[in-house]
Amino acid sequence: MATQTSEAQDSQSIISIRGLTKVYKGGHEALKGIDLEIREGEILALLGPNGAGKTTLISSICGLVTPTAGSVTVGGHDIIRDYRATRSLIGLVPQELTLGAFDIVRDTVRFSRGLFGLAPDEDKLDGLLSDLSLLDKKTAMVSRLSGGMKRRVLIAKALAHEPRILFLDEPTAGVDVELRKDMWKLVEKLRQDGVTIILTTHYIEEAEEIADRVGVISDGRLLVIDDKASLMNSLGRKQLSVELKTGIDVLPESLKPFDLELSADGQRLTYTYETRSERTGITALLQAVSDAGLGLKDLNTHQSSLEEIFVNLVHSEDGKVKP
Amino acid sequence: MNVQAVKAIYFNEMARTRKTLLQSIASPVISTVLYFIVFGSAIGSRIESVEGVEYGLFIVPGLVMLSLLTQSISNASFGIFFPKFTGTVYEIMSAPISSFEIVMGYVGAAATKSLIIGTIILITASFFVDLRIAHPVWMVLFLVMTCIAFSLFGFIIGLWADNFEKLQLIPLLVITPLVFLGGSFYSVNMLPEFWQKVTLLNPVLYLVSGFRWSFFEVSDVSVTLSLFMISGFLLACLFVVWLMFRTGYKLKQ
Ligand SMILES: Nc1ncnc2c1ncn2[C@@H]1O[C@H](COP(=O)(O)OP(=O)(O)OP(=O)(O)O)[C@@H](O)[C@H]1O
Ligand SMILES: [Mg+2]
Repeated sequence: MATQTSEAQDSQSIISIRGLTKVYKGGHEALKGIDLEIREGEILALLGPNGAGKTTLISSICGLVTPTAGSVTVGGHDIIRDYRATRSLIGLVPQELTLGAFDIVRDTVRFSRGLFGLAPDEDKLDGLLSDLSLLDKKTAMVSRLSGGMKRRVLIAKALAHEPRILFLDEPTAGVDVELRKDMWKLVEKLRQDGVTIILTTHYIEEAEEIADRVGVISDGRLLVIDDKASLMNSLGRKQLSVELKTGIDVLPESLKPFDLELSADGQRLTYTYETRSERTGITALLQAVSDAGLGLKDLNTHQSSLEEIFVNLVHSEDGKVKP
Repeated sequence: MNVQAVKAIYFNEMARTRKTLLQSIASPVISTVLYFIVFGSAIGSRIESVEGVEYGLFIVPGLVMLSLLTQSISNASFGIFFPKFTGTVYEIMSAPISSFEIVMGYVGAAATKSLIIGTIILITASFFVDLRIAHPVWMVLFLVMTCIAFSLFGFIIGLWADNFEKLQLIPLLVITPLVFLGGSFYSVNMLPEFWQKVTLLNPVLYLVSGFRWSFFEVSDVSVTLSLFMISGFLLACLFVVWLMFRTGYKLKQ
């Protein structure tokens, strides 16, 4: 597909979002100028607390919500002017389990494929259902399926037209370990086929496990987006715990500049430093500790997880990690 | 044009009909039979004829119209209301399909079903009376246009309604009275002069009158006027649907 690149657009990006803003009718500003490039073939995880605007962002790209301002292109096409081209590329698995009560699994998946302009294909349908372990439920009524099974049907519907891009809005909410594993297997398979996957989640382990890049949204703003590894590197902090031989009541004057935390029992000093900085200050600290005449019992370090980074980001108002 | 999508919606809707086939066919047949027993035989035997047409025969076009209007509206309004209610409409909104194609699918299916019901009623009626159709082409034209126009009208109601009550409100409070007072079961000439004038404000009168003319060549108003009215109503509904979609009315935030 020829991608008509506008000046700033990444050549490898399949979705580009510029200044996307959404003000709902009640006046609530759910998106406050989102800029985001989504690369072809990547798995992008969007993290964010309830009400952050994740679903609004996805809905805007898919055509369920009309943006108030800004622009979105998918595969080089504008989502409003060229909606047929953009929507044909996209499959959407919504957050809610929305399925017609009287639908038969086979019929509803067929219906989805038709809606997206493709003629029925019995072999593809069977293949898809078997990938999702739904083959034995082919003629079952959707309303009689369990929640996890319904989720699979929704995924089958989203994949029925062989989209290049798949949005999964909280795919693992209320899903057991088994299905979650299955789901990640499927995501992996899709990635190998070159499908771009954007998923939202509250579970940080999930993002950590399968995403290439992680974005954090809070209060309608994209706070950060980066490769998972470099995000953890650049925002991750390490903590050094120093266990003392004998407890102290107050911190010696000479150790004040290090901004240490003294545990309640006076046995442990905690020093926080950023991994990216050239000078971690560890040598100086240890020197100062020994100069102060404190004996060391043990040392250990701890690296912050994506979860801690996330909590940190969301709770700092300006989106920067406070030192 | 996304032909597959129109087909998908159309056949999906027709399948919904098929699941309730017995009810879809049985209810118009039963009500038609009841009307014939009550109006045609019981009361009709006391009424000689209306405008030279035997009463049992005279009410056939009105009976068909009554069913067409109520069925078109309820089918089309339900067809679009239900996905809105369950949330499955998200899929249609995110599909590469234009609003015109959405309307074609839903309204086409609702109109088809009405057309089938209208035909069934005519067949049922032919068992009771000696049905004759003077202008079959006009008859079919009125039948088809009515089905489409009122299915469009039902579609508008389905888009507009955000609860079940609203969905029933218009058919109950507006359509049923208009049909009964629109000369479905009598000729306007049987009314006092004042009420004749009032009835002329009732759009259903023009429908029934034109439709009846295609059977018996008797009408309350001229057939051109009837055709004009039904075309006008159809266009007005199309325009409203277009406006609603243009503003994303209740479908898009
Ligand atoms: N249709 C709507 N009308 C008005 N406000 C809305 C509408 N939909 C969402 N909002 C508001 O917009 C904000 C963002 O909602 P959104 O659903 O995008 O959040 P989210 O990040 O997906 O949250 P969650 O993790 O709970 O799914 C919320 O404050 C929500 O109340
Ligand atoms: Mg959400």
